[in-house]
Amino acid sequence: MPVIETPVTLTPSDAGLTDAEVHRIRNDFPILGTAVNGRPLVYLDSGATSQNPVSVMEAEQEFYEQRNAAVHRGAHSLAVDATDAYEDARAAVARFIGARTNELVWTSNATEGINLVAYAMSNASLGRGGDAARRFAVGPGDSIVVTELEHHANLIPWQELAARTGAELRFIPVDDDGALRLDEARRVITSSTRMVAFSHASNVLGTISPVAEIVGLAREVGALTLLDACQSVPHLPVDVKALDVDFLVFSGHKMLGPTGIGALYGRADLLNSMPPFLTGGSMITTVTMQGAEYLPSPNRFEAGTQRISQAVALGAAANYLAETGMERIEAWEATLGRRLVEGLEAIDGVRVLGPRADQPRIGLAAFDVDGVHAHDVGQFLDDKGIAVRVGHHCAQPLHRRLGLTATTRASTYLYTTTDEVDAFLAAVAQVRPFFGAE
Amino acid sequence: MSTGLEQLYQQIILDHAKARHGSPLADYDGDGRVGESHQLNPVCGDEITLRAAVLDGSVAAVTWDGAGCAISMASASVLTDLVQGVPRDEAITLVDAFREVMRSRGRIEADEEVLGDAAAFSGVSRFPARVKCAMLAWVALEESLLAANG
Repeated sequence: MPVIETPVTLTPSDAGLTDAEVHRIRNDFPILGTAVNGRPLVYLDSGATSQNPVSVMEAEQEFYEQRNAAVHRGAHSLAVDATDAYEDARAAVARFIGARTNELVWTSNATEGINLVAYAMSNASLGRGGDAARRFAVGPGDSIVVTELEHHANLIPWQELAARTGAELRFIPVDDDGALRLDEARRVITSSTRMVAFSHASNVLGTISPVAEIVGLAREVGALTLLDACQSVPHLPVDVKALDVDFLVFSGHKMLGPTGIGALYGRADLLNSMPPFLTGGSMITTVTMQGAEYLPSPNRFEAGTQRISQAVALGAAANYLAETGMERIEAWEATLGRRLVEGLEAIDGVRVLGPRADQPRIGLAAFDVDGVHAHDVGQFLDDKGIAVRVGHHCAQPLHRRLGLTATTRASTYLYTTTDEVDAFLAAVAQVRPFFGAE
Repeated sequence: MSTGLEQLYQQIILDHAKARHGSPLADYDGDGRVGESHQLNPVCGDEITLRAAVLDGSVAAVTWDGAGCAISMASASVLTDLVQGVPRDEAITLVDAFREVMRSRGRIEADEEVLGDAAAFSGVSRFPARVKCAMLAWVALEESLLAANG
């Protein structure tokens, strides 16, 4: 398992990966060499889930073969080894996003991370956590703010929190191109606002949100902030301290890690005053038949036996990305994103959602093909071995706002080649003729 | 092009996807009982609202509004042609026959004598992700006929 102390910065930020490097990187991903429907796999669905390098799979296997034991309990050597592996992984992932180790809580995925915060706030609203937790409490007269472009994972937990507590759920709308309306944000975020939860990068549009501006508005009114970083942590350098958010969530399976593991970052002072969500073993100090005292973060939020092997594998994934260099990955994907958008816009009857090619975006593009449903587009591409996402991408309100029910999304990663993007574009150009949509 | 895609998108399906027989949804002002059903596939957002009128035990009219992929829209169009004027019980038998083919994972080839143009959907059963698209209108008809009965 590769172990490094600090993220390696080998090159200036404007120098992305080269085609030759990408081809070398691909050798680390066995699945990229497979065939689908008799054609070489062109995997353009990393926005949904990424593929795993051998080092990640080996880290998980090595853990089971040599170190498997329960962590934070037991005094035997294997338990110590397992705990070390588990905590080393936490340190690696925390370092990867610029967090301190006690600020990184393991979750199953980003969805659980958001629910953890929403339910902790719910518990605080019922008085749990006492005075220290009062700043997490919401009720009638308070508001929670999200945006119109959120993934359902960063919408429904807040709808539920509002419904449970009587708080009001508001949203920052998008304009006709899908850009967040900062002018409206200034009206939506008010002195009643307790939480502002929003995406760092849109999983549909590929746009990067104006984090500093929105965090600034939240700070002015004393509201907490939570950033859904599912589409940013895997694809660009993320430093939680520079972003200055209170909470941040992401999923392991979108950043070369296994499924079943993700993380919640929270400022230490907040996590240590927040009531727990899930309760049980391994998160307590003293327990009587009447009540319990809780450990500080991160253990407070990690009740029960944890996802140890997945955490270890996610640590390996973070190290793989750090060694490759997030600036270089970001630059490479920006190149691919431009190629995608320019290529799609050149195809008759194809409309790309979100910003035009000259605007900053992560390496994905969702698009509509006039006269052909996204499901049919995806089926046509699958026949050529090209894997894309079709549907509403768990963002129904955004699609409704843009006048669409379903779109097709191609999303790239560090292992995507320009040849793959070109093969995809050539196939999309054949879609409307095939379905007779001209 | 692989045979898989040709099996799935037979010309007759592509034609029906555009022709959309029975669409749009229309008020039924004749005699008999009317049932309506709305079906949604949450995976892709395919949607259909189908209205069926039953008069003297037979399907007197079927109309629908829908938004969705070629498979779901063509399936609704084919279905409309197939069940017009057919006894209600027979229409339900047709739904069952179609469902059996769809669930067969390619093992059962539809009988063209029974299912007519709907036999062209046999290939869909090899694509499990698309079976729900093909079934959407048929489930809507089944529910509409049930509602018209009650």
